[in-house]
Amino acid sequence: MLEHLPILQVIVPLLAAPACLLLNKPKLAWLFACFAAVISLLISVALLNQVQQSGVISYMLGGWEAPWGIEYRIDQLSAYVLLIVSAIGTIVLFAANTGISQEIDEDKQSIFYVLYLLCMAGLLGIVATGDIFNVFVFLEISSLATYALVAFGRDRRALLAAYQYLIVGTIGASFLLMGIGLLYSLTGTLNMQDVANRLPLVSESATVYTAFVFMIVGVALKLALFPLHLWLPNTYTYAPSIVTAFLAATATKVAIYLLIRLHFSIFGDDFGGGVIQTIFIALGLTSIFVASMVAIKQPNIKRLFAYSSVAQIGYMIVGIGIGTSLGLQATLLHLFNHALMKGALFLALAAVVYRIGSTDRACFNGLAKHMPWTMAAVVVAGLSLIGVPLTVGFISKWYLVLASFQNGLWTVGLLIVIGSLIAVYYVWTLVESAYFGKADAALTSGSSPVKEAPLSLLIPLWLLVIANVYFGIDTRLPLEASASAASFLMGGEL
Amino acid sequence: MNLSAEMLIQLIILLPLVAAIGVMLSHRHANIREAISLVIATSVFILVCLLYQQIINAQTGIVTWTTILPGLSISFKTEALSVLFALIASFLWIVTTLYAIGYMRSHKEQNQTRFFTFFAISIAAVMAIAFSENLFTLFIFYEVLTLATYPLVTHAGTEKAKQGGRTYLRILLGTSIVFFLPALIGTWAIAGNLSFTAGGVFPDEASPLLLAILLVMFIFGIGKAAMMPFHLWLPSAMVAPTPVSALLHAVAVVKAGVFTLMKTVVFIFGMDTVGELVTTDFLLYLTAFTILASSLIAMRQDNLKARLAYSTISQLAYVSLGVLLATEAGLIGSSMHIAMHAFGKITLFFCAGAILVVTHKTEISQMAGLGRKMPITMIAFLIASLSIIGLPPTGGSWSKYYLLLGTLETQHWVLMVVLMISSLLNIAYLLPIPIRGFFPGKKVATEAVHTPEKIQEAPLPALIAISITTLGCLVLFFYPQPLFELAKMVGVV
Repeated sequence: MLEHLPILQVIVPLLAAPACLLLNKPKLAWLFACFAAVISLLISVALLNQVQQSGVISYMLGGWEAPWGIEYRIDQLSAYVLLIVSAIGTIVLFAANTGISQEIDEDKQSIFYVLYLLCMAGLLGIVATGDIFNVFVFLEISSLATYALVAFGRDRRALLAAYQYLIVGTIGASFLLMGIGLLYSLTGTLNMQDVANRLPLVSESATVYTAFVFMIVGVALKLALFPLHLWLPNTYTYAPSIVTAFLAATATKVAIYLLIRLHFSIFGDDFGGGVIQTIFIALGLTSIFVASMVAIKQPNIKRLFAYSSVAQIGYMIVGIGIGTSLGLQATLLHLFNHALMKGALFLALAAVVYRIGSTDRACFNGLAKHMPWTMAAVVVAGLSLIGVPLTVGFISKWYLVLASFQNGLWTVGLLIVIGSLIAVYYVWTLVESAYFGKADAALTSGSSPVKEAPLSLLIPLWLLVIANVYFGIDTRLPLEASASAASFLMGGEL
Repeated sequence: MNLSAEMLIQLIILLPLVAAIGVMLSHRHANIREAISLVIATSVFILVCLLYQQIINAQTGIVTWTTILPGLSISFKTEALSVLFALIASFLWIVTTLYAIGYMRSHKEQNQTRFFTFFAISIAAVMAIAFSENLFTLFIFYEVLTLATYPLVTHAGTEKAKQGGRTYLRILLGTSIVFFLPALIGTWAIAGNLSFTAGGVFPDEASPLLLAILLVMFIFGIGKAAMMPFHLWLPSAMVAPTPVSALLHAVAVVKAGVFTLMKTVVFIFGMDTVGELVTTDFLLYLTAFTILASSLIAMRQDNLKARLAYSTISQLAYVSLGVLLATEAGLIGSSMHIAMHAFGKITLFFCAGAILVVTHKTEISQMAGLGRKMPITMIAFLIASLSIIGLPPTGGSWSKYYLLLGTLETQHWVLMVVLMISSLLNIAYLLPIPIRGFFPGKKVATEAVHTPEKIQEAPLPALIAISITTLGCLVLFFYPQPLFELAKMVGVV
């Protein structure tokens, strides 16, 4: 049983999805989905444990030996990302039952859980597999599920957003597929490790560079790297809030994982002689500044945090661009930390939508009086987003700035800090209107005054909020996992 | 009582939090609520006195709460300057609580429970700042103090209060994120260590230019020290109720600023290093400029609290100047000035608040002839003014004496002249208030004849508080030894 964990990680949610369809009662489907998610969370914990104790796990699908058969390969990095995806996916799923009750019609709710589990299975599959074509397959599974999930949004514009995402996502996937094809034509294999071993023999050929660029562009589209980020704000804004929380905390993280995998494991970190590093730093910094500035002006809070996500992705890209083990570790830490903070923030927004039905800035005026726990969660997660000490946000920014200083990139470090200052501004304006703004007359009076969100939403929300603080003080788990993953990747072995 | 230093430090930091919880729970019973504040404030002061006994006998202690990253921990330690700061803050907490009871009740302020809760939290943050073992711990509680005082600054809830509070947060958080945090990270990158160490943490081979830049970043980053051009938060924070202005903006917050600055200069850079850096002279003249400029601005303020605010900016620059001189005399002067200015300024604010409560007057031009109505308040104002100016028989003369000595030793003649001129300016903007209070001009006097005023002083608790701090100003002149002992121990390797 234990040796089959790598495949079970993917198979459990994948098979649970159709089972949800058979259940066809929203409540039952939800319970079953939660059950499946918890099992996959437990598997990922076991995997991380196993990897940290006995090193890389290689699993041959169907017993076919590696370059011919499909290999599932769990190393430090994938175990770490698997944990993030399954943990956040599970916690968000806990909140889903209440969270979607206002946003999705009852007869479509079981389908929602089917798609949710499919999406999760796809994301987990991307991370678990060691086969580059398999990555593409799982990417499509998760993407197709995502398009449908986004289209569930109540607002009619959700359809347009889903369509936009569909187009952009397909273009991205096509680029990736072309890159994979080129690599296959060069090396004759699809196994990542095998590709990595054979690439040096054919390096310096124009085809390798083309493959590299195609794949990077494809992934950059998926992870919404500036200037390819335009699909993200619409998608996040109009998707049901639970979906946004799930996507923000997992989908972009998996795309970052893919970028790291391609950049460090397959092509090698010195591929292209450092040009790509400079590009990453430049694009990362630009996205931090541009997206943060755009975020300030957003009248819709969901869209504000969507832009802030683009900015946070910028931080992760800068970490990759710095190119040292410490920089990579900063990126990995931010992967974990950003999942926690954005998960918390979007769940809080889900609670607001549940009670008020909108996330317009005007709705937040004086909301802290009516929904104190939800707004307190926004404050803590917001502090974490800024990077205040004692929250997780501080840890990753600290490592990022330290990594740039150690590399002599003083300006980069300074710009990162200044970028956080913009986050201070937009978080602050939100907090200010929630705590000091004058409430709308409609909120306070009317037939039913706004109440605090139900516990079924608050508990998952506060689970994430507490994690934001807990891992900001007791940093051992993310620190050790990311450090071993980073040194593993930089060590050059695969 | 045989408590270890470790135990004492933790109690001193945690007790104010207990007070905060107690205050919240007893929000229905105003008397119990205030009793909790007073009792805990007194016990904290007693505990700090115990620590004082220990440190005089060269007993110190260190506690670590948690280690966040390797080399980054939240820890606390006893040290002379810490005890000095904690002594003043805890003593004045008792007095201010007493004063606040009188003020808040007779002024019929709203949300008094919230007020006393955040007040206690702020004190906890101040104590944590005082005993920080490293710059990281200090930074955290420095920010906590900013956030915990925000509700106090905006207590009135009016548009003006919010505006002031916004400026307050913007400047304090802004400077600490733009300058302080990067400087802290830079220090860690160079020295690999943020613990306060006698003689500094930087290795000998560290580039002096880099250190010089870091020093400037620290000075600007510690916005609570109100060095120009980052001083504007102080006048705008004066929208707070007077007890807040008194304790937080004459004692706790601003003194936390100069305290942080002293800790950084003495224990992160080391006095010898600071004396040699190229930017030290620039910073010294910047403090001199701040001293003179804010005194001049103070003269033009008609609002009493605004005048006192600018006076505070000027006096804080005295402390910064003393530290940056990087001599023993300068350091003693600065340490003493933290204490002396605290007593003087808090008295002045108390008086301003008493005048507001009794007569509802805020402008200085309306206060002529007030000495007949509020003689005790006005006498207290006079004595405290003398202490700020630095004239005997008040405590302020000692600190100013040592600061002058420091400029002489280092042969900074210009700075010496600046200190002299500034004292004259202090006289010009402080003394006219009590003088006109007792001897109004002819015009006002005739008016007063028509409406003979009875003596009507501030509420009794407030009056007691004013008397205590005024006595403090006098006692510190005749009996400065305990503080002097502590000040001498600061920075001794």
